[in-house]
Amino acid sequence: MTLKMPQPEAAVLARRAAIVAALRRIVPGEGVIADPDGLRPFESDGLTAYRQPPMVVVLPETTEQVSQVLRWCHDEGVKVVPRGSGTSLSGGALPLADGVLLGLSKFNRVLEVDYDDRLAVVQPGVTNLAVTQAVEARGFYYAPDPSSQIACSIGGNVAENSGGVHCLKYGLTTNNVLGVELVMMDGEIVRLGGRHLDAAGLDLLGVVVGSEGLLGVVTEVTVRILPKPEGARALLIGFPSVESAGQCVADVIAGGIIPAGMEMMDRLAIEAAEAFVKVGYPLDVDALLIVELDGVGAECDHLIDEVTRIAEANGSTTLSASRDEAERLAFWAGRKAAFPAVGRISPDYYCMDGTIPRRRLPDVLERMAQLSAKYGLGVANVFHAGDGNLHPLILYDANKPGELDRAEAFGSDILRLCVEVGGVLTGEHGVGVEKRDLMPDMFGEEDLAQQQRVKCAFDPKGLLNPGKVFPTLHRCAELGRMHIHRGQVPHPDLPRF
Amino acid sequence: MRPTTEQEVRDAIADAIRSGATLDIKGGGSKAAIGAPRPEATVLDLSAIAGVVDYDPAELVLTVRPGTPLAEVEALVAERGQRVAFDPFDHGPILGGTAGAATIGGVVAAGVSGSLRLSGGGARDHLLGLRAVSGRGEVFVAGAKVVKNVTGYDLPKLAAGSRGRLFAITEMTLKVLPRAPIAATRAVAGLDPAAAVRLMAAAMGSQAEVGAAAYLPAALNHGQSLTLLRLLGFGPSVAARCRMIETLLGAHGAAVALDGDEDTACWAALRTLAPLAGDTCLWRVNVPPSGAPSVVTALEPLGSRWLFDWAGGLVWIAFDGDAALVRNAATAAGGHAMLIRAPEALRAAVPALHPPAPGVAALEERVRRAFDPAGVFETGRF
Repeated sequence: MTLKMPQPEAAVLARRAAIVAALRRIVPGEGVIADPDGLRPFESDGLTAYRQPPMVVVLPETTEQVSQVLRWCHDEGVKVVPRGSGTSLSGGALPLADGVLLGLSKFNRVLEVDYDDRLAVVQPGVTNLAVTQAVEARGFYYAPDPSSQIACSIGGNVAENSGGVHCLKYGLTTNNVLGVELVMMDGEIVRLGGRHLDAAGLDLLGVVVGSEGLLGVVTEVTVRILPKPEGARALLIGFPSVESAGQCVADVIAGGIIPAGMEMMDRLAIEAAEAFVKVGYPLDVDALLIVELDGVGAECDHLIDEVTRIAEANGSTTLSASRDEAERLAFWAGRKAAFPAVGRISPDYYCMDGTIPRRRLPDVLERMAQLSAKYGLGVANVFHAGDGNLHPLILYDANKPGELDRAEAFGSDILRLCVEVGGVLTGEHGVGVEKRDLMPDMFGEEDLAQQQRVKCAFDPKGLLNPGKVFPTLHRCAELGRMHIHRGQVPHPDLPRF
Repeated sequence: MRPTTEQEVRDAIADAIRSGATLDIKGGGSKAAIGAPRPEATVLDLSAIAGVVDYDPAELVLTVRPGTPLAEVEALVAERGQRVAFDPFDHGPILGGTAGAATIGGVVAAGVSGSLRLSGGGARDHLLGLRAVSGRGEVFVAGAKVVKNVTGYDLPKLAAGSRGRLFAITEMTLKVLPRAPIAATRAVAGLDPAAAVRLMAAAMGSQAEVGAAAYLPAALNHGQSLTLLRLLGFGPSVAARCRMIETLLGAHGAAVALDGDEDTACWAALRTLAPLAGDTCLWRVNVPPSGAPSVVTALEPLGSRWLFDWAGGLVWIAFDGDAALVRNAATAAGGHAMLIRAPEALRAAVPALHPPAPGVAALEERVRRAFDPAGVFETGRF
C-alpha cells in the first residue's frame, strides 16, 4: 500500500507499557486490550485494503471513562482513533501504530424513546437497525438506512453523516439527529443540540455530524423517529440507454415527485444481480431503474401512474409495478444484492462513492468506459439516481500483481472526474484515508485551511484521529496566522469550483 | 459600505482588520432591529452582491448570491413548480418593516424557517454549499453544489444561524424542493394548550404526513382556540389524508375545513406572525413540543400573549415582563429563548441569544475565532 500515515512517534511507542497501565486504571478488567491476538480484530475497518494494529484498544463503558481516557491522552500527547462498529468504507477507523483505539461497542443501549416528541435517545454503539427495531412495534422507524445498517453503529453514522437509499426524501444522518453528548479531546463533556429543533447559537451539532471522528467522541445521540409510511410500491423500469433512464429520473423530479428511493443499475450490474438472485430483471436493457413511492395508498397509486407515464414518454422498454409487498421486495432484492453479486463475477471489487450533477451522467459513464479500457479493468455501476450518488464497482483480482494499484488509480480518476463535472469526492462513505489525498482536487489551500482551523477549535493539539480527511497536517498556530500586508491578502484569484 | 463584487467585500474586510473597525453584515435589513444596538459598527451591506448564478430544477439546486431578494428567489423557483425548502419566516412586519424585504442571504444566515420547518427541515438542512470571505479577509468555499455530499466538514451548517458572526457569504447553493400542488388545513376549536399539543403529537405520529401544525389560543382567535393541521401534496393523497385527520380530530369536536384561499391566508398570517403584531417584547422559544404547555402556563398569568407553531416545538411569546422568566421557562422545558423584538435599551441589556452552557460558550468562541481571529464581525450584537 502506498498510503502514508503520520510517522509513529518513537517516544510514544517506548511508553506503551505505561500507557496501557494508565488506561487500565481508568477502564478496569477486559476493557483494555493489549495482546497482539486481541488487537488483530481491530486492525482494519470496512476498507480492508489497509491494516494497522493499534498500540492498544480501550473499550470504556461510561461517558466518564471516555472523558478520563481522552483527558489522559490529551495531557500525555497520545493520539486517539475512535471506532464504532468498524464498517467505514473509507478507513475512518483505521488505527495508528502509536495511537489508542477507542471503541464504543459497549455503549449499546437504547436509553429512551419518546413517541410524543418523536425521538429516541441512544448510545453510540447501538446499531442503526436496532433503533428502528426499538420503535417499530409502535409504527415508527429511523429513516437513514445505510446498506450496512445491520452492523453499523449510530455513533459511526454520526461521524460519517451516513445516508442510504431513502435519503433523497428523508435526509442524511445530519437531518435526523437532534442532539449529541460529545466528549472533546481534553476530556470536557458538552451537549450540542437537544430535543428541540435548531441551535440557540452556532450550529455546532451540524459540524460535528460528518466530522469523521476528528472533532470529538460522541457518547449519546438523540435521533428523530418517524411514523412508518402506510405503504410503499415500487416500479422496475428498463431503458434501452443510460441517457433515457437519466432523462426519466430528471423528469420525475422536475415533475414534482420526490420518490422514497430511486436507484439505477447499468448492464453489467443488472446481469450480475440477476445471475445471483434470479428475480426476473430484464437482461435486454442498458439501464434499469427502481423507483419506490411511499405514503398513503392513494399517494402510491397516483404516483405509480405518474412515474409510469413519465417512463413511457422517455422510451422505457419494460415496466412493472409491484402489486404486493413480496413483489416490491423482489424488485429490491437484486439491487440490495448488487455488491455481493458483483463479488461473484470478479475475485475482488473496489466500491467508489462520488456524486455528480445528474445531468452529467451520460458523459461520466462514457468517460468511465474509456478509463475502464485504459486500466484494463471492468466496472459495474449502481447509482442512487435521485441524488446523483454514483457507486462504480471496479472489478479486479488482488492476486494478480499490480491490479489493486491499478484499481485504486482507476478509482481516483473516477473521483477526479466527478469533481471535474461539478460533483464531489464522496456522497456518503466519507473521506477517511481513502480519499484524503484527493482533497486538493476538490478544495483549494485556503478551503482546507479553514476546515482545519475548525478542527483546531475542537482539538488544538491535533490528537484525535490524525491522518484522516486532511492530506497535510498543519500546526494550529501556523493556521491561525494572519497574512495581510498593506490590505493585500494572499492568493487573490485562486481558481475555485 | 455596499460592495458590488466579492473583491470589494475582501477589501472591506481587509480594511476593517487593519483599522480595527467592526462590520455589521446586512442584507435586506428586515432583521436589523434584532440584537443589541451597535452604533460603533460599520454596516457591510451585501444587497448588491446579488443575482442567480445557476438554477437547475431537475437537480434540485439553486446557486444564488446572498443579496438577492427572497421574493425574487421565491418567484423564480415557483415558476418551475418548486419552493425554497425551509419555508423562510418573514420578520419584516413584526419589527415595524414591510413584508418581503428580506434577502436570501439574510434568511439563511439567520436560520429562520417557517411553519413547514416541522416536516421539511430548516435553513441548516438545505444549505448545501457556500463561498464566503472569512474574517481573515480570505475567500473559501465549503460544501458543494450537489444534494448529496460528505466531503470535508459540513461548514455550511455553521453558516445557517451564524448571524453574520463568522464570515460574509458571497454565494450560496440551496436545495430546493417541489411545491405541493394542493394544500389543505383541518382544524378543531376549543382545545386547551395541553390537549392541543397532545393532538398535534398524535397527528405528527400518524401516517397522515402532516406538513405543519399550529395552535392559536382563544385570546388570539375570537375567544375560541384553534388547533391547525396542514396537509400538502398531490390531490388524491391530500384528500385521503384529510379524511385520516378528520377522523383523528373527530374525537375532539367537529373538524373545520380550511381549503384554498382560507388555507393560504391562515399560514401566510403565521409566516409574518400577524397575530402577535404590535410592539410588546417578542420571544421565539424553541422547545421539545411536549414542553410547550409548561412554558405558557408559567407566563400566561403574567399577561403574555402567545401561539404555538411546529406542533409546539416553536412558541412565540409577546411579553413585556422580566426576561429571566422567559429564559427560565425555556430552559426548564429543555429549550432556548431568543429575544426578537424589544426597545433598544432592553436589547442593550438582555442578550438576544439564549446564553449557552459554559463549555458550549467557550467552544463557540473558539469556532468564531477560527473564522474571525481579529473580531472583525464582533459587533456586540449577539
